[in-house]
Amino acid sequence: MAIFVKGVIFEGVDTTAPDCWHIDAYMARGGYQALKKILDNKMPQEDVIAEVKNSGLRGRGGAGFPTGLKWSFMPRSFPGDKYVVCNTDEGEPGTFKDRDILLYNPHALIEGMIIAGYAMGCKAGYNYIHGEIFEAYELFEAALDEARKAGFLGQNILGTDFSFDLFAHHGYGAYICGEETALLESLEGKKGQPRFKPPFPASFGLYGKPTTINNTESFASVPFIIRDGGQKFLEAGKPNNGGTKLFSISGHVNRPGNYEIPLGTPFATLLEMAGGMKDGKKLKAVIPGGSSAPVLPGEVMMELTMDYDSIAKAGSMLGSGAVIVMNEDVCMVKALERLAYFYHEESCGQCTPCREGTGWLYKVIHRIANGEGREGDLELLESVGNNMAGRTICALADAAVFPVRSFTKHFRHEFEHLIEHKKSLVDHKWC
Amino acid sequence: MLEIEIDGKKLTVNQGSTVMDAAHAAGTYIPHFCYHKKLSIAANCRMCLVEVEKAPKPLPACATPVTDGMKVYTASPLAKKAQAGVMEFLLINHPLDCPICDQGGECQLQDLAVGYGNSASRYQEEKRVVVGKDMGPLVSAEEMSRCIHCTRCVRFTEEIGGFQEIGMANRSEFSEIMPFLGKTVDSEISGNVIDLCPVGALTSKPFRYSTRAWELSRRKSVSPHDGLGANLIVQVKQNEVMRVLPLENEAINECWLSDRDRFAYEGLNSAERLQKPMIKFDGKWHETDWQTALEYVVKGLNGVSADHGKDAIGFLLSPHSTTEELYLAQKLARAFGVNNVDAALRRSDTRVAKQQQGALWLGSSIVELAASKSILVVGATQRSEQPLLASRLRQSVKKGSQLNVIHVADDELFTSLNAKLIVAPQQLVNALAQVLKAVVTAKAGETAIDLAAANVSAEAQAIADSLCAADSASIVLGNVAQNHPAFSELLALAQEIARLTGARFGIAAAAANTVGADVAGANPVRGAFGQNVTAGLSAAEMLAAPRKAYVLLNNEVEADSYNGQQAVAAMKQAATVIALTAYKGAGLLDYADVLLPIAPFSETAGSFINMEGKLQSFNGVVRPLGETRPAWKVLRVLGNMLSLNGFEQNSCEEVRAELLALGDIAAQLNNGQSVLAANVAAGNGELVRVGDVPLYHADPICRRADSLQQTAAAAVPQLQLNPADAERLGLQDGQAVTVAQGAAEVSLQLRTDAALAQGAARVAAAHPATVALGGLFEPIQIKRG
Amino acid sequence: MLSAESLAKIDRELAKYPADQARSAVMGALRIALTERREKGATPEERCLNSEVIEFVANYIGIAPVAAYEVATFYNMYDMKPVGKHKITVCTNLPCALRGGMNAAEYIGKKLGIHLGETTADGKFTLLEGECMGACGDAPVLLVNNHSMCSFMTPEAIDKKLAELE
Ligand SMILES: Cc1cc2nc3c(=O)[nH]c(=O)nc-3n(C[C@H](O)[C@H](O)[C@H](O)COP(=O)(O)O)c2cc1C
Ligand code: SF4
Ligand code: FES
Repeated sequence: MAIFVKGVIFEGVDTTAPDCWHIDAYMARGGYQALKKILDNKMPQEDVIAEVKNSGLRGRGGAGFPTGLKWSFMPRSFPGDKYVVCNTDEGEPGTFKDRDILLYNPHALIEGMIIAGYAMGCKAGYNYIHGEIFEAYELFEAALDEARKAGFLGQNILGTDFSFDLFAHHGYGAYICGEETALLESLEGKKGQPRFKPPFPASFGLYGKPTTINNTESFASVPFIIRDGGQKFLEAGKPNNGGTKLFSISGHVNRPGNYEIPLGTPFATLLEMAGGMKDGKKLKAVIPGGSSAPVLPGEVMMELTMDYDSIAKAGSMLGSGAVIVMNEDVCMVKALERLAYFYHEESCGQCTPCREGTGWLYKVIHRIANGEGREGDLELLESVGNNMAGRTICALADAAVFPVRSFTKHFRHEFEHLIEHKKSLVDHKWC
Repeated sequence: MLEIEIDGKKLTVNQGSTVMDAAHAAGTYIPHFCYHKKLSIAANCRMCLVEVEKAPKPLPACATPVTDGMKVYTASPLAKKAQAGVMEFLLINHPLDCPICDQGGECQLQDLAVGYGNSASRYQEEKRVVVGKDMGPLVSAEEMSRCIHCTRCVRFTEEIGGFQEIGMANRSEFSEIMPFLGKTVDSEISGNVIDLCPVGALTSKPFRYSTRAWELSRRKSVSPHDGLGANLIVQVKQNEVMRVLPLENEAINECWLSDRDRFAYEGLNSAERLQKPMIKFDGKWHETDWQTALEYVVKGLNGVSADHGKDAIGFLLSPHSTTEELYLAQKLARAFGVNNVDAALRRSDTRVAKQQQGALWLGSSIVELAASKSILVVGATQRSEQPLLASRLRQSVKKGSQLNVIHVADDELFTSLNAKLIVAPQQLVNALAQVLKAVVTAKAGETAIDLAAANVSAEAQAIADSLCAADSASIVLGNVAQNHPAFSELLALAQEIARLTGARFGIAAAAANTVGADVAGANPVRGAFGQNVTAGLSAAEMLAAPRKAYVLLNNEVEADSYNGQQAVAAMKQAATVIALTAYKGAGLLDYADVLLPIAPFSETAGSFINMEGKLQSFNGVVRPLGETRPAWKVLRVLGNMLSLNGFEQNSCEEVRAELLALGDIAAQLNNGQSVLAANVAAGNGELVRVGDVPLYHADPICRRADSLQQTAAAAVPQLQLNPADAERLGLQDGQAVTVAQGAAEVSLQLRTDAALAQGAARVAAAHPATVALGGLFEPIQIKRG
Repeated sequence: MLSAESLAKIDRELAKYPADQARSAVMGALRIALTERREKGATPEERCLNSEVIEFVANYIGIAPVAAYEVATFYNMYDMKPVGKHKITVCTNLPCALRGGMNAAEYIGKKLGIHLGETTADGKFTLLEGECMGACGDAPVLLVNNHSMCSFMTPEAIDKKLAELE
């Protein structure tokens, strides 16, 4: 459930009101004004892109790439079709913000995608929605119908010569489809196996046509940026880290949920907002950016602010903004074992190092967790990880290795203890 | 052009090349598994990782485009470490039992593991076990634990075969290569996945575990089946052909083989091989020695000649025989005074030979045909006639060529067609005439052919537009056109269209030596290299007006003639039938008197001239079986025994030299027709048979290849009818029907198929179940039950 | 093979994509086919995808059957194995585990007398372990029959849900 603090996307959204997602409610909050502004003023495409650039918006899907810059890569005078694609395949463990956007404020995304379509000269868009959130998919389809009926989608939008249509595509259970080129393959009706880049989607994307892919939150931020100006968005955060950001807090806190707060807010503040540590237990570790981000010890986290640069400096990443909080009862070997299982299970299977390496990592960690670890296993994990990271088509292999490296670095003694004494240093309790 | 450096070696490469291409140009080997020059880039095995200056991590050579000034290190410490890392991953789940693996000794993984791997295994978990799959009678997928997921096989079926028959199911380390549940791999070029598979996962079912790779010797040869002339490596052990592999020839078969080229060798070791001369007397067959048999032949020929004259003798020669054999056979016939010589056994149009001005051929090279921007294929069951040509045209379409088809059935070609005109056999001429008419209008040209009866359909117009607009165009007549009673008309029309559009035109030769037969003089009207001869009867004429004696070279008339029924009747009434054959087939045993065991292509030297007019010579790869002798030798001795001049050759090479001294092959290739009369009136509405030749019944060797005979393509032919025709006849899909031509009736199962033109009744030729029937493109009657 | 209603739904999926890109609809078509089988199937075998349905869908869309099979086996939610009348998937991934995901799975298993991956003898329930469902804040979460997400599944909530599904 989203909890608004000083936000962009959830400003004015009463998530407890059952009809907050409807177009009327959205328009009452100032929705579709940005689109009208563009169309009424016949705003040049470059100006829309420039405004997004000014906002300092960085991709909210994990990599943090500047959105305006990405939009400017789309070939201007391409003769054929071009596409804009939204990534709502939110499957990164710990991340659950995009689902709330679909459930409570879908029109922000729709408006953002229409504006993107306008700015990049696309005539159609697709929103790829995570398999497990079928109800959100159905609701989004209903929202699309509303937008179509209101004349914001389809031919000659609001009587102008701009036409754009938008469709929802439902995934069916594959984490890898969050990777943008796997998502495109999946959208084309194939297995979600990432494509080698180059060529990049901007030149060879959906159906081989120029395509821009952004995260749900990135698109949903756009109406605000256009309506209120990029500068205002930028100021809501801090330099190079413009805007507010949705943080999904999960784990051992009292009030897990989504918090939309300015980038640069101290972690301690965020933890407090989330009601602090559950049962008053001690904070042990935090994964600050989704399961693929390196874990950080609790005390390190308490010193950090929640923005791209600060977290990167500490050796992790802001990623998708999923903050997984763990208390003193968690055996870090067990925690890593569960994550390793996930990557093993979710590898798409095409690259040798990832297909074979994720399985190998899991089996060794599993062994250690079960008290069957051997001397040299930590070196083996490191070496196998080194042979995987940076050797594959997409970053899933890296994502599988980061937790292994960081868990064994920051909590090495727990692993060593388990290998040596065949039992955990911690009296492990999941919750 | 870009300047780059690979391992310190400077070179210039084209824009758009990959590092792998560049390394290839520089002669530098980069280890790889998934990369294959003919397949799309997958970049999934990661074996080809190399160091590129300024790149933070190693890059896959196969997928990384070259940039100007790039410096690549293929064996730097970083590259080697990456390669060794990948090799370790490939091996952790791969069985390490090379000594019992069928691929042992010719395994890329085994080879590269030695050069690029580490010795000790750090993987101590249990190895993955993957259950075997059934891909059909040709490709074994029993050992799928060995698969390294390079997806070459998947990409092959989809990209080259045109239809994805193999997939990679599941994901992560549970990924498995498999055909669709319960389906086999039925592509006519499926065997190539065996070559593509870098490990022992996909292997040859017929060859499996028969021998070890290093016990085989490799000999070059040429495929004796279709007119493409695929180059072969024949592998031999203890005087037996054990396996056939492709010999790469970019201009002909590229690196592929059709399954017919690859697996037909089983027929060479068939139990039906004739190993000793045999003579039939007192109604029984007796094995005998060569001398006796040849004397019997001489006596027979002299006898018939004395009693009935030379014209009572006919020579029916196979277009699958070598050029040397055909040359000597026609020389023998003519020296003896017999003019009835022909190798166009399935041709029904007797006018063609009389009008032709040279050897009929493709009209261009295979490469030129494939590069044509517009291609019109007339009367061809492409995928069974020349499977690799069909695949090549599919690639042409991918590269932007327009493929147009005029045919009797809308057969699945697994490619997109620009336009197609699907008509009953009796409408083929009219269909092509429509195209000519549209061309005449478009080009404001003239033609001597009366086109009044041709009404240009939209499809014909589209075909004509395509041919007219293209800066290079080709018209090809397939086997159905060549065997059709109106072949002359089709040739004449093609010639006119070609004249007006600037297109090339020609025939896709059915057999390995169709072109060679014409060059060598195995033709009733033209001698070797077009020498003037006294005209004799064509094959169809020799059978329509039966002779007293027949000499058969390498053919079985019931399956290899236009009209099997008529052919067998002709044989049976003859005083003597002398067969030079590698097999004692049931037909020959029934109607022949003498069987002389001659060597198939694998046991003799010889040469074939392929559809593009290229002469390809080869040597025997094994010694002749039993008392088998090369046919050229048998013919030479017969010449001596008949006291004829000019039979002193001591080797096959001498025969070839004698023939080739007569002229220049290229100058012989000529599709010109002197007569342009053509009755273009559309035929009537009666049902006409489409007697096309099934994939694995085209010649005596493949008819005896056991594994090929177990494929779906070799199944008993069905009667195929357009559903509208079936309805009109009150017949239902799947029901048993009796089809009749002339005196013969055979019962078949009916399959309705909307792909078939109305008025066409497809009953395939050359299969034991249908050989009793009559002409391949003649009216046919259908009865219930 | 499929009802007119399902075919109409598939046609609606097809309409989302360019005419020459029908393949894009295969995921939706397989989902629709599976849903129909789940709703109509009387036995666990009849509730999952089999080769006939996959081939039918492939032919309907105009792609190779093996290509549709690749899709059906790549994505987790397509049931390729026999499945109970109610399929319950529990997320046990780390964020959920930290808030009772594992306990919920265990609780349901005990209650139904089955282990993860199994189906009750009466064919009513199948219990599966799932990966991240993008709802970690609502843990423990279950997905019932692929399409209905249940949040904050305490033992009491689970009891209630199971009773509803009886
Ligand atoms: C393994 C993997 C999983 C990913 N999962 C997601 C995801 O669930 N949602 C998402 O928006 N981006 C995900 N990404 C990042 C996308 O590839 C892509 O960078 C992003 O959608 C771009 O949008 P943005 O620029 O707006 O962030 C993933 C990347 C990888 C390598
Ligand atoms: S790294 Fe893994 S998930 Fe990514 S493309 Fe390669 S095999 Fe697939
Ligand atoms: S050959 Fe380049 S990744 Fe396989």
